[in-house]
Amino acid sequence: MSDAARAFHQRIDAALADRALGDALALTTGRLAGGRAAAMAAFADAEAARDEARRIRAAAIARLDQLLERFEREATARGCRVHWAETAADATRIVTAIAQEARVTLAVKSKSMVSEEIELNAALERSGVRVVETDLGEFVVQIAGDRPSHIITPIIHRSRHDVARLFREKANAAPEDVADIPAMTAFARRTLRAEFLQAGMGISGANVAVAETGTVCLVTNEGNGRLTTTLPRVHVALVGIERIVPSAADLAAVLSLLARSATGQALSVYTSLISGPRRAGAGPGPAKGGEPDGPDDVHVVFVDNGRSRLLGGPLAEILYCIRCGACLNVCPVYQKVGGHAYGGVYPGPVGSVVMPGLLGLEAWSELAQASSLCGACREACPVRIDLPRLLLEVRRQAAAKRLAPRWLRVAMPVYAAVARRPRLYRSAVAAAGLLGRMVAKGGWIRWLPGPLGAWTASRDFPAPATRSFLQQHRLRKEAAR
Amino acid sequence: MPRPSRVQFFATCLVDVFSPSVGLAAVAVLERLGVGVDVVPDQTCCGQPAFNGGFVEEAAAMARHTIDVLSRSPDPVVVPSGSCADMIAGRYPEIFDGDAVYGPKARALAERTYEFCQFLADVLGAGLPAAASGPALAYHASCHGLRGLGLRAQPRAVLRAVAGGRCRDLPDAEVCCGFGGVFAVKMGPLSGAMLESKLDAVEASGADFVVATDLSCLMHIGGGLRRRGSRAAARHIAEVVADAFAEDRRE
Repeated sequence: MSDAARAFHQRIDAALADRALGDALALTTGRLAGGRAAAMAAFADAEAARDEARRIRAAAIARLDQLLERFEREATARGCRVHWAETAADATRIVTAIAQEARVTLAVKSKSMVSEEIELNAALERSGVRVVETDLGEFVVQIAGDRPSHIITPIIHRSRHDVARLFREKANAAPEDVADIPAMTAFARRTLRAEFLQAGMGISGANVAVAETGTVCLVTNEGNGRLTTTLPRVHVALVGIERIVPSAADLAAVLSLLARSATGQALSVYTSLISGPRRAGAGPGPAKGGEPDGPDDVHVVFVDNGRSRLLGGPLAEILYCIRCGACLNVCPVYQKVGGHAYGGVYPGPVGSVVMPGLLGLEAWSELAQASSLCGACREACPVRIDLPRLLLEVRRQAAAKRLAPRWLRVAMPVYAAVARRPRLYRSAVAAAGLLGRMVAKGGWIRWLPGPLGAWTASRDFPAPATRSFLQQHRLRKEAAR
Repeated sequence: MPRPSRVQFFATCLVDVFSPSVGLAAVAVLERLGVGVDVVPDQTCCGQPAFNGGFVEEAAAMARHTIDVLSRSPDPVVVPSGSCADMIAGRYPEIFDGDAVYGPKARALAERTYEFCQFLADVLGAGLPAAASGPALAYHASCHGLRGLGLRAQPRAVLRAVAGGRCRDLPDAEVCCGFGGVFAVKMGPLSGAMLESKLDAVEASGADFVVATDLSCLMHIGGGLRRRGSRAAARHIAEVVADAFAEDRRE
């Protein structure tokens, strides 16, 4: 086992031992998954909408190059500056340069998983820019010096008592500030409002980018996204290159599923459509090209960071993902261990494909082993990504690179060789039966050596039958004759 | 399809090795329903463990063997396992997509392969005896049958016919038990944690037996119940149906 794989197994063990984590995960994943199921059941055309959204996403990924070029043309015409970052380092360099050019010392940030992926906060802090997370969950993550453990609900691993303690210890909150959830929210709002007013730069992600109008769409429930993208004089949107769709109609189709799948809402509370900075145009309004509100400068930074390598390959389907988090909430593995155990920015079934896909098999392929292939993720995915098939593909690639554990690499070819030779197979089964009779008590085995010890650590193992089914069936047929 | 007079029975390696009684029960049920059963002696394993581990070449070798063995006769194939039936009916055509020889063979085999309950409910229709008295049962929906083959109604219909009100769904019946093949060993503690939730559900149900279509899940759940010292145990759906026939004969 590689060091990365061993560390993964250790994180899983630690998560399984954490009872508070288990309780928090059970409560919130249950609520989110239940909310999703109810919202989809109440959505008259849910299945047709999923088909349509999948078609849109598949078609967009198939002509990603054209859509990105179109976006660049349209956004540039509306006064945006469009940047291209091939790697995470390129992306942080671009954003840092924008901040320096605009003499920014304080940036407010709306929730962005791409910013986590490229580790933007650390890079900005190194160049003297203070970054403040304004999504309530991310605000808590930042105060705690923690990392998000879910792509939609970043502090799913924490209880409200936990958050109250953090606010008291690390954010100078008074006892009355943490009396209940509304008080804590009000405290965060007061703290953040001052930062919004001071900040020279707002950083956001993008849930969807619309090519035909060069529009960045942002959905939030707290309104912090709107403040982030309108109040500071500079707005930087970080966009994964796969986020794009051709038209506003396509955006609507995706949005009809995004909030339902993520939180069970028909629509998130705020949906912001950003098409360029404040500008005169021929007059105000979209028809005349003017835009009376917003920042002086809008930068759109498209981040590749491994995505284009997946295009045309067997994992390309993962690029259809709209980052709703539904596959995390329904995953029986995620429900047990939470996001931190996965060790990367993107956890759960989607993360177990995205992480090895973007950052390489050597460090990340073990994530794909942490699935029973139950298919709950595929059933929940709004764009019908066949996640079990993609997890199997990661496993296939890992096995081909000899990253599977040694005992499996030895056992599987032997097992296959035996299974292709019926006589040898029957002898092996008979031998297993003999062995079973020697070690079993009452038909069960309590302890097994080697890798199979992982079975008997938590359950008894059934003894192989003294006479196999094939043997018994043959004897019966002969007796009947 | 018209009601077939003969079928081939693919026992699966787990039934062959660990629970011959499940295979014998399934064969007995099919025969009681007037269907002749052939058990090809050269059958082994469908290759699912290798396939799910990412060992595609090994899986393909086992799949070719299984396809050869089950293509000697054109009769339908009945499998007492949702996941092995899904492997044959769902994965084989994918594995041999574009293969000039095994592609068509795999598709033809997929067309006539049925999970046991699927065959009882969708092909044979009625004919199951009702056993009003007997142990309390709780149904667990094994994942691959449920989400791969879409077996939502069939196993429940079979159980309703033979056990009526004695059988209920487990709480969270459609949540994975944590078996997952090699996953149960490779990710032992995680698999064990998922199992604990399932065992809690079994005990909360008050049932005497947890029933499923797949022996794999039942070995895992049954082994967990045994380790806990629970009074509940695991039983394959074919055995439950065979029990109903035995009860029927006594009456």
